[in-house]
Amino acid sequence: MTVTNEPTRVAHAKARDSLLYLDGVSVSFDGFKALRGLSLVIEPGEMRAIIGPNGAGKTTMMDVITGKTKPDSGDVYFAGDTDLTRMDEASIASLGIGRKFQKPTVFESHTVWDNIDLALAGVRKPFATLFHRTTKAEIARVEEILETIRLIDKRDWLAANLSHGQKQWLEIGMLLAQEPRLLLVDEPAAGMTDAETAETAILLKEIAKTKSVVVVEHDMTFVRDLGVKVTVLHEGSVLSEGSLDVVSADPKVIEVYLGR
Amino acid sequence: MITAFILRALDRRTSIVLAVILGIGILLPVLNLATDPSSPFHVPTYVLTLLGKYLTYALLALSVDLVWGFCGILSLGHGAFFALGGYGMGMYLMRQIGDRGTYGNPILPDFMVFLNWKELPWFWYGFDHFWFAALIVLLAPGLLAFVFGWFAFRSRVTGVYLSIITQAMTYALLLAFFRNDMGFGGNNGLTDFKDILGFDIQADATRGALFFASAAALALGFWICRAVIASKFGKVLVAVRDAESRTRFIGYRVEGYKLVVWTLSAMMAGVAGALYVPQIGIINPGEFAPANSIEAVIWVAVGGRGTLIGPIVGALLVNFGKTWFTSGMLAEYWLFVLGGLFVLVTLFLPKGVVGSLMTKGSRKPVEKPIEDVVAPGVAAGQAAE
Repeated sequence: MTVTNEPTRVAHAKARDSLLYLDGVSVSFDGFKALRGLSLVIEPGEMRAIIGPNGAGKTTMMDVITGKTKPDSGDVYFAGDTDLTRMDEASIASLGIGRKFQKPTVFESHTVWDNIDLALAGVRKPFATLFHRTTKAEIARVEEILETIRLIDKRDWLAANLSHGQKQWLEIGMLLAQEPRLLLVDEPAAGMTDAETAETAILLKEIAKTKSVVVVEHDMTFVRDLGVKVTVLHEGSVLSEGSLDVVSADPKVIEVYLGR
Repeated sequence: MITAFILRALDRRTSIVLAVILGIGILLPVLNLATDPSSPFHVPTYVLTLLGKYLTYALLALSVDLVWGFCGILSLGHGAFFALGGYGMGMYLMRQIGDRGTYGNPILPDFMVFLNWKELPWFWYGFDHFWFAALIVLLAPGLLAFVFGWFAFRSRVTGVYLSIITQAMTYALLLAFFRNDMGFGGNNGLTDFKDILGFDIQADATRGALFFASAAALALGFWICRAVIASKFGKVLVAVRDAESRTRFIGYRVEGYKLVVWTLSAMMAGVAGALYVPQIGIINPGEFAPANSIEAVIWVAVGGRGTLIGPIVGALLVNFGKTWFTSGMLAEYWLFVLGGLFVLVTLFLPKGVVGSLMTKGSRKPVEKPIEDVVAPGVAAGQAAE
């Protein structure tokens, strides 16, 4: 038994210095293996792009990290020793992991302002919110975020009336308001115009100055704009890792993904 | 803290609604008691009782709107909470009869004597005190809702599945209360009430007081709902309705929010039931009928979901219609009218009567994004291809 324990101990030592640590994570749905032994390490302050063909397990990986899906096996640690597999979505979110969905998901019948206000780090318990009074600091923080995501002049708009690109930014703003240590961003450039895509890249790079960011993306131009380390997923595990140029030159990658 | 919380919700619109409800609550009993029956301003007692019943329905509708309109929980079983509150009050009223029942037993209600029971079942203890009954009126529906919600929301049962199990809940209670050995009067229920708090339940003054109490309860319920909705808690509820998983990923434990608002709503429905029973003079298992709960949902849909005023208006409108319809030769067509009304409102007034009026009256310009303006043309172009 000591032999099988050895790698786990080494793994924990490795997990301690990283912000996010996935080791040998497997998930299957009705026999379909969505993730097979996925291992991934994100350092504090790092920005990482994750690419891969459809069905490579990108969204399932995010589900595992954010507590929506429990892995069948494998370790998922946050900030060293916090075991994410034992927590639910709300507690993982409070821990400092923010998630942006593929399809922009904002609270349509709330104003832009209220969307950010709800996401603001702070009270989360029912009775605390029932009696909560907005503080000056909170107002300042919401304004600051609205400036960052360029929606300050639309503060009183209903989120439903925003354009697709603006909804994406609003959702990113909601993530910022959570003051996360790690942001998981699923296809932020999907359905955006070229101008919006370029602006989104700038926005994400700005965010990455203070936080770790994991971006899942299909758009190669966008990934090039980000200019960060790339992980290529294929059939639920890591196929290749390195700069975009390195992975683009990897024959395995060319075969399954870029070559198509 | 609670005072500040409730006072904060007192904006102009809320104050007007409260004033109107309380004004009617005072005016109609006064017109009933202080005017001569021949006067054109006289309100007959039967009208007062009928309107009092409508007010309790309005409170029930309000409680449905709180969970359905703002948190997206479509309850098809709120009639169960209403009926439980009603039974709580009914048990108190039964004990008030004392030895004036047919069998003259000072302790046991008539139906127990009839069943040859020798002593009062333990769960009837305490109901000779009004305060105890009032507590049960809140606690019984509240506890049922809490236990039901605890399991349902933790297991993340949502949407139509939740609606179905709420129907099952009220149906199960219907069957249970029909049984004589449950100790709640079986299919006859509880009736032949004499006094409430020592006052003759048939007297005009008592009827007037009950009418006012119903109006006051409705006003208080509306005020509490406004306060809840205006708070950050209320914004989280709407967030859950719009995008539940987003709310979770922001860090809110959604089941806790649902449980709190669900339990609060059930307690409001319980109070409505408790005020309904003394005015109607009977509570029987029929009140648990699934159709009753569905009817309450129709009132909300007709008046306007998620508006708080809408459900009150809807409950009054639909019930006026029901009374009018079912008292004439068209009586047997009422259910068709009700069903047709629901279909028509869903198709042509999806926001309900009040919701549509509010949208029309709102002066705030809704700026449309460019995409939406372009979209119809694009869609037309695609259709033409």
